[in-house]
Amino acid sequence: MTLALADSDAGGGRLRRWLRLDEWQLALPLGLAFAALFLAPLTLLVGVSFFDDEKLTQPGLASWAKYYGDPFTYKIIADTLLLGVKTVCTTVLIGYPLALVYLDLPARWQRVLLFIIVMPLLLSVVVRTFAWIVVLGREGLVNQLLLSLGVISEPLRLLQTELGLVISLTQIEMPLMLLPLISVMSRLDPNLRDASAALGASRWRTLFTVIVPLSMPGLVAGCLLVFASSTTAFISQTVIGGVRLIYLPLVIWQQALIVFHWPQAAVASLSLVVSVLSVIAALSWLGRRSTGYVHG
Amino acid sequence: MGRHRSLADISYAVVIGGIALLAVLIIVTPVIVVLMTSFTEGRSLKFPPTGFSLRWYEQLFDPVASRPIHRAASNSLEIAGWSTLLGVVLATLASLGLARNKRTLARVTDSLFMSPLVLPGITFGLAALMYFTLMGFRPSLNLIIAGHLVVTMPFILRTTTASLSQLDPALLDSSASLGASWLYTLRRVTLPMIFPGIAAGAFLAFMASIDNVPVSLFLSSARTEVLPMRMWGMMESTLDVRVAAVSGVLIAAAFVLMLVMEWTVGLTRRMRD
Repeated sequence: MTLALADSDAGGGRLRRWLRLDEWQLALPLGLAFAALFLAPLTLLVGVSFFDDEKLTQPGLASWAKYYGDPFTYKIIADTLLLGVKTVCTTVLIGYPLALVYLDLPARWQRVLLFIIVMPLLLSVVVRTFAWIVVLGREGLVNQLLLSLGVISEPLRLLQTELGLVISLTQIEMPLMLLPLISVMSRLDPNLRDASAALGASRWRTLFTVIVPLSMPGLVAGCLLVFASSTTAFISQTVIGGVRLIYLPLVIWQQALIVFHWPQAAVASLSLVVSVLSVIAALSWLGRRSTGYVHG
Repeated sequence: MGRHRSLADISYAVVIGGIALLAVLIIVTPVIVVLMTSFTEGRSLKFPPTGFSLRWYEQLFDPVASRPIHRAASNSLEIAGWSTLLGVVLATLASLGLARNKRTLARVTDSLFMSPLVLPGITFGLAALMYFTLMGFRPSLNLIIAGHLVVTMPFILRTTTASLSQLDPALLDSSASLGASWLYTLRRVTLPMIFPGIAAGAFLAFMASIDNVPVSLFLSSARTEVLPMRMWGMMESTLDVRVAAVSGVLIAAAFVLMLVMEWTVGLTRRMRD
């Protein structure tokens, strides 16, 4: 039976030989689609940035000169990167202890906690952003709670402030921090912690001398994901941050779809790529160094 | 061991446990608050919500009053369906071709295919807009499908490649030595073994497409509006409580889908590993 089926399939092998199909050629369709839909548009983007006018008739460097000649540019880039750094700090501070607790839980509860962590990731970013509008609004949960506890006498302004944006982004980006952290931590040898305890180290000392250095690859991976995602989170930045907080994605959107100055939009988006990717490169370089140090 | 707990260990339990509890609260509270708000009787997003009613859900499902939302939702589903289908075919073929290839060129190609995950989506969205416009295309669902294909395909490629690399090569060798052709082995051995990986990747890609903002921001227009853009519009202009009802529906859908994926392919385990 098996042989008969195999025989009927031998045609596939013959066809393959006839076409001289090698296994790697299976990647060709994706390669072609990728070149046409990803590499070509990006090349075009770089090309467009070297035009001076909206109609793309005057090649030149004026768009670059104008963008980097404006002192406001540097403030926006710095604000964007700082927003990423602040979000990374809060997600580490709040997420890392949760990952530690995850390690100590019995397998059954680990599954429940993992479900709670992954669930927001499958919720639309727009829904998560909207949720924070409800929580942080004038009549939202935080203000009502603080008012009823008598901590404040007037509602706080939390929306359209950087504080509110960082709080929201902390929750919105949290799964991106926790997944790589938990992935690395659950592969740690549990004997290491027991050995550290048996040698008389307190749990704090075990944390900082054993667990933190060994979980560095997961921590760095989480920081990279959170940083990249929060610096480019257009919807959260514009809806919670409002119009007074200006970050790079908003500038790109305005130049492309409001002002219709494509070269300016191209320059701004390339500057977003370069600034975000250079921070990411620096972080992953640090990550590799720190792992080298632990094992060295 | 009978080791009595020192002060340091107690402070560790209090601090770490306390922050972890705070983390769970921060993750869960917004979701619950939105769900509660969606059942409000009032016209505002006040918390705690006043009364209990289904009026916002009724309005959301009203075919006349909420026509733009319905059209945006069906556009989103259509785009996600097609881009995931194309992504599954292209990424599965590619990972069959590349996963076990150790040559440098294959490794480089593989990481190139993953690069849309690293590049800021908004940059690719802008590039795609310029590219399609200069090529003379009018805004259409097909263009959004093409854009989403690029940014969601890496999810499928990653999970499929991971399951292929866990596949014991001895299985393929024994299949071949028993006389099975390459295609027969693919159909009866390889594909059934890596199917959970493909399914998990397809699910993630589908959700990423439904959720995508940076590419849709540039490629969708008034006629080809997608759900996140519609919701963004509703949040920007007048804070419409129907957004809470849409969110409620999406939360329920994500919850059900996740339970299904958890039971069938063990989604969380795949995301953790």
